[in-house]
Amino acid sequence: MARIAGVDLPRHKRTAIALTYIYGIGRSSGEQICRKLGIPEATRVQDLTEDEINRIREEIDRNWAGKVEGDLRRIEGLNVKRLIEINCYRGQRHRKGLPTRGQRTKTNARTRRGRKRMTVAGKKIAPSKG
Amino acid sequence: MSRSLKKGPYVHPSLQKKIEEMNRKGEKRVVKCWSRSSMIVPEMIGHTIAIYNGRKHVPVFVTEQMIGHRLGEFAPTRLFKGHAGGDKTAKRAAG
Repeated sequence: MARIAGVDLPRHKRTAIALTYIYGIGRSSGEQICRKLGIPEATRVQDLTEDEINRIREEIDRNWAGKVEGDLRRIEGLNVKRLIEINCYRGQRHRKGLPTRGQRTKTNARTRRGRKRMTVAGKKIAPSKG
Repeated sequence: MSRSLKKGPYVHPSLQKKIEEMNRKGEKRVVKCWSRSSMIVPEMIGHTIAIYNGRKHVPVFVTEQMIGHRLGEFAPTRLFKGHAGGDKTAKRAAG
């Protein structure tokens, strides 16, 4: 059972990919860690030795401190909070839950705006309201 | 592409002059400003700058956290009051 940086335990996957299950580590970071520690990227997590797991853990604790999981989420939250507090344009976009970097909102922007709300025509098909 | 560090932050010359003048005299006055692209620099902390939004000057009190942002970010140019007939739920409940 590989438990690294808190609560992550992916198995069956190639090590480089499995590492991306840690918040703050993506494809390139995952590959980078494997390369640095001399662990073949293709090794499945379940096939890693205890020593290798410990080395990954140590690497992340030392060189990725504050850049993964809870710490990263907290920092991101603080940055957003700051933008909102100083009442700048980006802060206002965060407050309204709209895209902050000038994207169009006439269509798309579904990631920020959430699932599409049903139109009138859609309501007729789904008679949940009676 | 971002601005060259060599040049330093952009502040409109006339605004910079006014800020320096006020700092030298130690006075606080609302400065009207049309330059929305000027960056907020540490010298501006504590001053109130009235930033033009295309219609009128919006007074903004500059705090330390605002450094590095542009003046225009604090004076919205658009006024959105909601969509016409946007409150469909209320209408349906009434009907």
